[in-house]
Amino acid sequence: MSNTIIWTIVILTVLGLVLSLVLYWVARKFKVEEDPRIDEIEKTLPGANCGGCGFAGCRAFADAAVKAGNLDSNYCPVGGSDTMKKVAAILGCEIKEAAPLVAVVRCNGSCANRPRTNDYDGARSCKVKSSLYSGDTGCLYGCLGCGDCVAACQFGALSMNPDTGLPVVDEGKCTACGKCVAACPKRVIELRAKGPRGMREYVSCINKEKGPAARKACAAACIGCGLCEKTCQHGAITVTDNVAYIDFGKCKLCRECEAVCPTGAIHGVGFPKELDKEAVKKRIADRKAKAAEAARAAAEKKEDDNG
Amino acid sequence: MDKVLISPSPHVHAKASTNSIMMDVVIALMPAIVVSILFYGWAEILVLAVAAVSCVGLEYLIARFLMKRPELFSGSSALVTGLLLAMNLPSTSPWWMVALGALVAIGIAKMSFGGLGQNLFNPAITARVFLLISFPVQMTNWTLPNGFISYPDAVSGATPLGLLKEGLKSGESIQQILSTNGFDSMTTVIRDIGGSAGEISALALLLGFGYLLVRKVVKPWITLSILLTIAAIAAVFHGIDPAHFTGVNFNLVTGGVLLGACFMATDYVTSPMSNWGGVIYGIGIGVIVMMIRYFGSYPEGMSFAILIMNCFVPLINRAFHQKKYGRA
Amino acid sequence: MAKLTFSIGGIHPADCKLSRGCKIETLPLPPKVYVSMFQHLGAQAKPIVEVGDSVKAGQIIAEPGGFISAYVHSPVSGTVKSIGLRKDLAGFNVMHVEIDVEGDEWAEGIDLSPELVTAIPEDRDFILDRIKMCGVVGLGGATFPTHVKLNPPPGKKADCLILNGAECEPYLTSDFRILLERTDEIVVGAAIMKKVLGDCPCVIGIEENKPEAIAAVRASLARLGYPGIRVEVLRKRYPQGGEKQLIDAVMHRQVKSGGLPIDVGAVVQNVATSLAVYEAVQKNKPLVTNVLTVTGDCLPVDRMHNYLFRIGMPLSWIAEQAGGVPEGAVKIISGGPMMGKAVANFDAATVKGSSSILYLGEGTRRRQETPCIRCGRCADACPMGLEPFLLKKLYQYGDPAGLEQNAAQDCIECGCCQYSCPAGVPLLDNIRMAKAQVMGIIRARNAKK
Repeated sequence: MSNTIIWTIVILTVLGLVLSLVLYWVARKFKVEEDPRIDEIEKTLPGANCGGCGFAGCRAFADAAVKAGNLDSNYCPVGGSDTMKKVAAILGCEIKEAAPLVAVVRCNGSCANRPRTNDYDGARSCKVKSSLYSGDTGCLYGCLGCGDCVAACQFGALSMNPDTGLPVVDEGKCTACGKCVAACPKRVIELRAKGPRGMREYVSCINKEKGPAARKACAAACIGCGLCEKTCQHGAITVTDNVAYIDFGKCKLCRECEAVCPTGAIHGVGFPKELDKEAVKKRIADRKAKAAEAARAAAEKKEDDNG
Repeated sequence: MDKVLISPSPHVHAKASTNSIMMDVVIALMPAIVVSILFYGWAEILVLAVAAVSCVGLEYLIARFLMKRPELFSGSSALVTGLLLAMNLPSTSPWWMVALGALVAIGIAKMSFGGLGQNLFNPAITARVFLLISFPVQMTNWTLPNGFISYPDAVSGATPLGLLKEGLKSGESIQQILSTNGFDSMTTVIRDIGGSAGEISALALLLGFGYLLVRKVVKPWITLSILLTIAAIAAVFHGIDPAHFTGVNFNLVTGGVLLGACFMATDYVTSPMSNWGGVIYGIGIGVIVMMIRYFGSYPEGMSFAILIMNCFVPLINRAFHQKKYGRA
Repeated sequence: MAKLTFSIGGIHPADCKLSRGCKIETLPLPPKVYVSMFQHLGAQAKPIVEVGDSVKAGQIIAEPGGFISAYVHSPVSGTVKSIGLRKDLAGFNVMHVEIDVEGDEWAEGIDLSPELVTAIPEDRDFILDRIKMCGVVGLGGATFPTHVKLNPPPGKKADCLILNGAECEPYLTSDFRILLERTDEIVVGAAIMKKVLGDCPCVIGIEENKPEAIAAVRASLARLGYPGIRVEVLRKRYPQGGEKQLIDAVMHRQVKSGGLPIDVGAVVQNVATSLAVYEAVQKNKPLVTNVLTVTGDCLPVDRMHNYLFRIGMPLSWIAEQAGGVPEGAVKIISGGPMMGKAVANFDAATVKGSSSILYLGEGTRRRQETPCIRCGRCADACPMGLEPFLLKKLYQYGDPAGLEQNAAQDCIECGCCQYSCPAGVPLLDNIRMAKAQVMGIIRARNAKK
C-alpha cells in the first residue's frame, strides 16, 4: 500500500520535472523578441481596451506608439494628458498638450419640448430608426431616443433620462473615447472641451431647418436667428445652415449668448451660479449703449476735427 | 387614429408564436400522458403535477429573483420541460426526486446558460441523467401500481431492456428471455411493460408526433434518421447473431427511443438548425444508442446519446449551412 | 400544366386580395400636385421649369441627374407654384415641384385615344429613346430606369424577357386589375420590349390565384398573335415576384451573388411597366399615371378601390376621395405589407412607383420580442438561403467579416424571416443594417482596386 503511494509520488515528480524542462526549452527556443517598452506602455495605459484611440486595444496602441517612436498621431482619450505624459517619458518624446474633452448631447428635444408625431414600433435601435424615416417627432435632426449611444458606452457614462427621453452624460465617467459619437446616426453627440472646472457653453441643437420649421418641431430648437452671433464679442459663434455653433477654443464663457437666445437652445453647464439673464442682458445693453455713445463721440470728434 | 405606427417592413406576421408552438408540443404529448395516467393511475398524476408545477415555478423564481430579468420567464416552455421530465421518470418516483429533477432541468441545464434558447443541453434529459446516476435504484426498478387499467401478467419488474441485459449477462439467449417474460412485438407497440411514463405506448407517442408534423412544428428528418439508424444497426447485428443482439422491432419500440426521437431530440434549442445537420445529429444518436445497448453496461442509452450529440450541435451547425441562392 | 416556383425558402401568407373585384376608377384632379424629383432609383432629377411657368400635362419638368436617372413630366396642366424641399412619406426633405392645377390640357403629340396600336416601330433606338424621354421606370418596386435595363451592356444578351405579373404581396391588386382591364396594351408592351431585346422569348408569369388574369392574357395572346410570348402559371408563394426568385422559377437559373439578371440572360419587367412602355412607345404618353390600390384589413370591402392616379397627388387627398382613414387603422403603408413603407407623413405626394394605400389595424403591431428558440423557421423561409438568426447575431456582435462570409449582402429584404419568427425577433431590421455595412465594405474595397 505505502509502496503504491511512494511510487505515485516518485513518478509524478519525475514526470513534472521532465515536462517543465521541455516547457523551459520550448519557451527559450520560440521566444519572440519584443520591445520591452511595449509592455511598459501597456501597463501605463488604462487597460480599458475601448478602442477610443483608433486601435484595437491598449496593446495595439502601445505597439503602434513604439513603432512610430512618437505620439503625434496616437492619443489615449481615456487616460488623458497624465497618462500620455508617462507614455511620452517611456518613449522619450514630447507631446502636445490637449484639453480634456467630454461628450455633449446637442439636443433639447425632450418629450415636453418636442411633441411626438407618430409611434415607432421597430427594433430599439437609432440606426434602424434613422435609416427608416425622419423620426417620431417633427425634427429631422435631433435625438431618436433609442439609446445606441448608451449601448456603445463601455464606461457606463451614458444613460437615458426617462423623463426627457434624451441621453445624459455622467461627466465623472466619460472618458471622451468617442464611441457614442460614432454610434449616433444623427451625430447629435459631440466631444467638446470640458472647460475650466467643467464650465462650458454649447448650442444644444443641430436642427438645420429654417427657423419656423425648426420651432414648429421643437420648442427649444435653434432657429438660426443669429442673435448669439451678433452678441458674442469673441467671434466664437457662427451660424451655418440655420444653426449656431460655438467654437469652444474661442469661447470665453461670458454666457451672453445664453442670455440672449430666444428659445433657450444654448446651454451653460458647470457654472457655480445660475444665469441671471436680465443682468446679463442689461450688461449687453449698457455695453451697446456705451459703444453707441463712443461711436457718436468719435463721429462728433471727427466732425470737430474736420470742422 | 391620433398617431400612426411606424416600423420597418414587414408589417404582417405569421400566426405561430413561441407560446403557440410550446402549446402544440403540450397537445402532442397529451395522448402519451393520457395513456400513462390510464396505466399508472394517481401516482403518475402526482409525478406530472409535481414536475410541471416545480418547473414553471422554478423558472419564474429564478428569472425574477436570482437573475433579476423577469422577461426571461417563459411559462409555456417550462411547462413542456416539466411534462417531458415527468414522462422520463417512473411513476413510482417520490415527489422530492421529481422536484430535484426539475431543479436540475430548469436551474442548471436551462437558466444557468441564460434561459430559453441559450441552453446547450436538453433540460429534461439532463435532469433524467442526473437522477439516473444519483438514484439508480429508484430510476431503474419499476413497480407497477394499480392504474385505471390494470393488466394481469406483469405486476412488477424491470424494463424489457433491463431484463435483457441481466439475462444476457447470465448467459441466456434473447429468445429464451423474451419467452420467459411473455413479450411479443405487438404488446410493445400498444404498451411497453414497465418503464418511464413516456415509454409506455409507442402508438400514443407516434400519434402526438404526427400532430407535430401536421402542424409543422417539427420536421421529420431528425426522428427519421435516428429510427433508421437504429433499425439499420439492429438489422445488421441481429442478422449476424440473433441470439445475442435484439432485432429491429424490439429496439425501435422499447426504452425511450420513440419518446427521445420524437420529442427530446427534436427540441429546437438543442438540435441542429439545418436539415442535413439534423440527419447527421440523428445518425449520431442512433449509433450511440445502439452501442450502449449492445456493448455498454447500461441497458438503455437514449438519454446519454442525446446528451452526447447535444455537445456536437454547435459544430454541426458550423459545418452544415443552408443551400444559398446563386452560390453554387 | 406544371406550376413554376422558385427553389429555396419562401412563405405562404394569406393573400388578402380583397379589392380584386374593384374596377379601376380614374381619380378627379386635386387643386395642387407636388412632383417629387426622386421618383426613381439613382440620381435625383434636376428641375428645368421655373416658378411661375405654366406647364401642360405630359410636359418635361425635370431632366435626369445622371446616367441612372429619369425624366419627370408634369402630371397636370397649370402653373408652377414653387420648387423646393417638401417632406416625402418617410418625413425626409426631398426636392418637389409644386403645381397649381388649372384645367386638364395635355402637351402636343400625346395620343390620348383609347385605340389599340399594334404595329410596333421597327427602329430599336427610336423605341429606347421614346421610353427614356417618357420617363418610364420599373413599377415593380425598385423604380429602376427602364431604358437602362432594356439596353444590356455590350457582350451581354437577353435569353428571356420575364414579365412579372406575380403580384405576390398580399392585399395589392393593381397589377391584377391592369392585367384584366388593359390586357392587350400589356401584351403589346411586352412585344415591344421583346423586340428591343433582340427578339428573345418572353414569358408572362402570373400567380395561380389570378385565374381570370391568366385566361385574359392567354386570350389576348391568341387574338393578337405575337410569336414567342407565352404565359406561365406560378405557384402562389411569397416572394415569387422577387426578381431573382422569378428568374429561378421561370428559367431555372440563379443570378450569382453580386451579379445582375442579365448575367444569366434574364430581363425582368413588371406588367405595369409593360403598360407604361406601351403608352410611351405607341402613344407617346409619358409616365405620369399609375394604378394604386386602396385597401386594408380594417377597411370595409365596399370602400376599397383601384384608382388610376396621377403622380404628385398627395396620399391624404387620395384617401379622402376614398372616404378617409378608416376606424381602427393604426398603420398606413405605401406598398405591400411585406416590403411596403410605413407612411410617417400622410401628406406626402404619390410617385411613379406608388402601388397602394394600405390601412392595417392592431394586428400589425409588433409582438413583444422574446428569446430566439432556434427553431430555424427564418432560415427555412429565406428565399436566398441565408441564416437570418446567425446574421442578426453577427451584426450585434459587430463582425462584418463574418457577415460577408455568411452573405448578408445577398439579402433581398423580402421580410420572410421576420414574418415567420415565432419569437418576434426583429431579424430584418438588423439584417438590413448588416447588409448596408457589408455593402459599404465591398464598395470601399472595389474602389481601392
